[in-house]
Amino acid sequence: MSMMAIRMAGLTRDFRSLRALDNLSLEVPAGIVFGFLGPNGSGKTTTIRLLLGLLEPTGGRAEVLGFDPARQGVEVRARCGALLEQSGLYERLSAADNLEFYGRVWRLSPTERQARSRELLEHLGLWERRHEVVGTWSRGMKQKLAVARALLQRPPLVFLDEPTAGLDPVAAAALHEDLSSLAKREGATVFLTTHNLSEAEKLCARVGVIRQGKLLAVGSPDELRAYSAGGGLHAEIVGHGWGDEILTQLRSRPEVAAVEPRDGRLTLDLRGEAELAPLVALLVGAGASVEEVRKGKVSLEEVFLTLMEEEK
Amino acid sequence: MITDLWTIFWKEWKEFLLAPGSRRGNMTRQLLLIFVFGVFLPLQLGRAWVNSPIALIYWIWVPMLLVSSMVADAIAGERERHTLETLLSTRMPDRPILYGKVLASVAYGWGVTLVSLILGLAVVNVTQGHGRLLLYPPLMAVGGAVLSFLVAGLAASGGVLVSLRAPTVRQAAQTLSIVTLGFWLVPVVGLTLVRKVLPASALDLPGGALAAVNWALMLPIVVVLLAAVDLGLLAIAVKRFQRSRLILD
Repeated sequence: MSMMAIRMAGLTRDFRSLRALDNLSLEVPAGIVFGFLGPNGSGKTTTIRLLLGLLEPTGGRAEVLGFDPARQGVEVRARCGALLEQSGLYERLSAADNLEFYGRVWRLSPTERQARSRELLEHLGLWERRHEVVGTWSRGMKQKLAVARALLQRPPLVFLDEPTAGLDPVAAAALHEDLSSLAKREGATVFLTTHNLSEAEKLCARVGVIRQGKLLAVGSPDELRAYSAGGGLHAEIVGHGWGDEILTQLRSRPEVAAVEPRDGRLTLDLRGEAELAPLVALLVGAGASVEEVRKGKVSLEEVFLTLMEEEK
Repeated sequence: MITDLWTIFWKEWKEFLLAPGSRRGNMTRQLLLIFVFGVFLPLQLGRAWVNSPIALIYWIWVPMLLVSSMVADAIAGERERHTLETLLSTRMPDRPILYGKVLASVAYGWGVTLVSLILGLAVVNVTQGHGRLLLYPPLMAVGGAVLSFLVAGLAASGGVLVSLRAPTVRQAAQTLSIVTLGFWLVPVVGLTLVRKVLPASALDLPGGALAAVNWALMLPIVVVLLAAVDLGLLAIAVKRFQRSRLILD
């Protein structure tokens, strides 16, 4: 296998007059959890369908585990697990029957099917309920079962399309933990699409941001933060008394990348190794009242919003 | 191919007939069908159930009724419940998926029909035999079995095409019900009209007229024609049941 699990070069897909994916070029290294972020309708699901060979591209090409999905879809699908937009579970069947069926689909031996089902269901806390009809389960339990199904045949690459969409925060957090531990244990490459940024922040080693079919940025969460905040510190100052004059002074300083007054707070993004203390002193000296100073990293959400804003 | 086909067959039967949540209801429904076609109707028709070609209408109509309900669920139902895309994202090729669904439906429709016919024969022997063993005439038995199989195949292939076009499983089932009803009504209404139009001398119709037909000659022709239509419809279904097309639908 090449070091890259997925390569896309100029991948484009049109649906009549709508360009769903626009010249997408991206590489996903093997063995990591890759987050593909974007708002609804940005082209995330279309990308997965193209990578699985379920749709043909209008232009460009892709390579998945060394195969071209447009021409070798069977080879690609034989090596990938997938949890698509819908859980795709047979709700009239039990959890055990669902895994039994997909075990047969993947041509696992009866012994393998049983052992693997047990291993995954026990790990996800569903073993005791394996004979229950899936239709009676909560959405969180169904999603867990769908994750188990996607990992059943130990695929080297797994596509997860918004696995926590529609889950309550508790169920989503539980699934995050399960996904994280399963991905580590199985050593699989995970291609995860989401519009939940904290999910991406927790799980992903690298992240790509897409909007209206175009890739806006790609890198590790830290690289994206650095890109957004100019590579330096992010700070939030609680207080009052900063007028236009003070803001202009701050913006004119070379170490300041961005200044944003918002609801009684001032957010500051600094460049490089710049320190915050001289700027706080400047504020106090200019007559502003500083009650609290919080230092930290830019959240991925802020990076995402910045990227969306820039694209507009 | 055979392993994949059997996997789909297993899933369809499990989901349609043996699902844990609706197993009791499904079993009751199947037993009721077998009672109606294997006990009630033979009791009503008496010896005619065994020796009148008119009973062939049941041999043909029953598999059509049963297959159309299962195939609509297997194709339109699977798409409506959003399970088809997940199945299509696996290594499973298109053809075993389609053939597995068709075969599961045909096996169900034809199986229930054959069980009903054997049960019907037993019922007629018990009530009308008077110590003599009554059997279906060999030509009728073989021809009926082959015809009901081919009609099951026709309903399955046609059902696939209807289900692929129908937006919901309910609409697919409705369309197929109308077609099935048509197959029942056309001969019944036709025979009633014939009775009114023809002179009294011909009133031993339809049994008489049907008996006058040279079935030994007619049956192979009908079988070949039906088999050709079955294969034609299946070929169209194979062409339409394609991954990229189904995903876009």
